[in-house]
Amino acid sequence: MSDDTSRNLFQQQEANRRRTVLLVIGFVAFFAWLGFGGDYLYYLSTRDAPNTAYHHIFPWFGIALTAIALLTAWYAYATGPEKVLWSTGARAIVDPTDPQERQLVNVVEEMAIASGVPRPRIWIVDDPDPNAFATGTDPLHAHVAVTRGLLELCSREELQAVVGHELGHVKNLDVRLMTMLAALVGAVALMHDGATRVLRGGTNLGGGGGGGSRGGGKKGGAGPLLAILLVVWVLSWILAPIITQILALAVSRKREYLADAMSAQFTRNPLSLASALQKIEGAVAPTAAIKRGAAHLCITDPLGRRLTAREGLFADALATHPPMAKRIAILRGMGYAQLKKEGGTVA
Amino acid sequence: MGSIIFLVVLVVVVGWLIGAYNGLISLKNQTLNAFKQIDVQLKRRHDLIPNLVNAVKGAMEFERSTLEAVIQARNQAVKVNATGPEGIKQISQAENALSSALQRLMVVVEQYPQLKATGNIGQLQEELTSTENKVAFARQLYNDTATQFNTKQQQFPTNMVAGLAKAQPADLWEIEDQAEKAVPQVDLSMKPKV
Repeated sequence: MSDDTSRNLFQQQEANRRRTVLLVIGFVAFFAWLGFGGDYLYYLSTRDAPNTAYHHIFPWFGIALTAIALLTAWYAYATGPEKVLWSTGARAIVDPTDPQERQLVNVVEEMAIASGVPRPRIWIVDDPDPNAFATGTDPLHAHVAVTRGLLELCSREELQAVVGHELGHVKNLDVRLMTMLAALVGAVALMHDGATRVLRGGTNLGGGGGGGSRGGGKKGGAGPLLAILLVVWVLSWILAPIITQILALAVSRKREYLADAMSAQFTRNPLSLASALQKIEGAVAPTAAIKRGAAHLCITDPLGRRLTAREGLFADALATHPPMAKRIAILRGMGYAQLKKEGGTVA
Repeated sequence: MGSIIFLVVLVVVVGWLIGAYNGLISLKNQTLNAFKQIDVQLKRRHDLIPNLVNAVKGAMEFERSTLEAVIQARNQAVKVNATGPEGIKQISQAENALSSALQRLMVVVEQYPQLKATGNIGQLQEELTSTENKVAFARQLYNDTATQFNTKQQQFPTNMVAGLAKAQPADLWEIEDQAEKAVPQVDLSMKPKV
């Protein structure tokens, strides 16, 4: 490890810590906005009501939603890795039974030594499609999972390279950010579904508010302001799941290149990761066991989306993974440079 | 005004001193820890070898010399009781000898298909491959960390603090045996090459 790469590692760790904090703050702030915004709209709509009618003064919604968001974030941090593993149906290898599992355990232990992180817990997903992912909150609480298909398909060196890639994610704390993101994306999707029903009641209420302020001629400025506020508020309800999805996609692409490079650094054998990626790419079937929510954690897009194969503005915005061809080309470049330095020949 | 500038410069210099000193100490401890990791893996290897030899002994009566070389190299390596990065030359010599003896044994085992066919040997082979890899990776991590430590303590201006942090250049773990360098990596993987 040269001085330069270790500095990059610290920067990357720091950036991931910061981004995780920002993610949680953004998540809580978003819910606070939804809650207190709703309170404010409700307050405006009941302000002109007769004295005997209900006046919404105390911001119940805001406090409740902020509390829910805080609890969710805490819960996601505490149980995120478990939830991700559970959603893929992975099972832990405690006592390896067959030679394949034995080999996997050995390979993970080797890579843990090479990367200088504690040995993570090892999981197998019984899926015939080759794929792998890592999750956890820090190197001490990390998990590496591979599919049965990967064990069947890859040679020992290739398996080593793939595990090295995953431990790269563990070492630079990508796992923390990405697991949090997976857990929070799931939570938003769930809450959105539940809250849509509440919102339907709320639109009537909001509409009533708008009408009320238009009727009151005295507060001319409040009308457009209220209307804009209402539109933005409703839009944020509708867009919440889409925004979180795009966030999940944007956050994961660049770090794949970095994890590839770290794998090459651990194994000193970039060509084996290149050939592993090629084999994984060749297996066209999508990984059935891994759902959309955990897609950005995997070494290759488990959904088998065509977008991943392309580079460009559109793909940049919507694909979870960089184009495989480019990753392989970069690794080959590293491998050939290494061979040249050692005076070997390119096979 | 002059005293304020002086104070600022002093704070900056002291801050840098503390940072550089702590950085060196942290690297020193990382180097020591990486060395401990090699030790752990070497011990594992020493414990594994008797099992391996017992497993192949019966089927390889006529390869007695290869087996004996392995046992001898192993005993030699266990006997070296140098510890810490200072004794690295001694340890690495004995361990490198053991590595080459083991590699010869594995080449020989490859030539006996009936030996490979029994599941036991396959398993042992996997264990041995893994152990060799673990030793190699522990060595790699140690060399990387030690190189970083050495570079840091020799670079200006950190080298001015090196004496204060009692930083000594750490020896790297080198493969001295020229013959071993020339030997191509034996492929012990259980999967066929593609």
